[in-house]
Amino acid sequence: MTETGNSLLEIVAMLSLGMLSLALFFALIRLAKGPSLPDRVMALDLMGSIVVGMIAVYCIVTGNAEFLDTGIVLALIGFLSTVAFAKFIEKGLSR
Amino acid sequence: MTEILAALLLFTGSCFTLLAAFGIVRLPDLFTRLHAATKASTLGVGCLMAAVAIHFGSLETTTRAVATTIFLLLTAPVGAHLLARAAYWMGVKFWEKTEIDEMRSHWEVYSKQAREDS
Repeated sequence: MTETGNSLLEIVAMLSLGMLSLALFFALIRLAKGPSLPDRVMALDLMGSIVVGMIAVYCIVTGNAEFLDTGIVLALIGFLSTVAFAKFIEKGLSR
Repeated sequence: MTEILAALLLFTGSCFTLLAAFGIVRLPDLFTRLHAATKASTLGVGCLMAAVAIHFGSLETTTRAVATTIFLLLTAPVGAHLLARAAYWMGVKFWEKTEIDEMRSHWEVYSKQAREDS
């Protein structure tokens, strides 16, 4: 591992963290102004995926791979919340 | 070599994720936005996970990265399908240039069946 290669990876990791933050901001715009409830649920689902990606980049930045477990749990919770919201929209609270 | 490959995969993955978020803002209605939100974000997060697996290079990290990617690949289409069906049921408006609505003929049969079941 040379010095230049290491700093290249750090620069790209910081750049991609910035791009993912911008993506999170775009999803927040849709979450705020989405005209219907499924729009907002979709934006929340996308924010979950983006945060899983940010956790992956953060693993590379800190050199600690333990954070990937958090990503798995977050993906699971995001999927469950999407399914629950879809059922709620379609059938309401009764069933 | 692995550093350059990991950096390239990181950049590609964040580009795809940013494109997904850009599409979710710019596209005209919910059913077109679901394309961007599901497909591009899955590919982007998959690229980021591949970068993590290449950077660490150990068996346990690679297993976790592959497990996360497979989980996202399995769940993202299911979630998008459920959401699109719920939105169709709710009566979300199409984009005005959408011409084909293949769901309508099937939908009447489905909703009649659902009424009989309940």
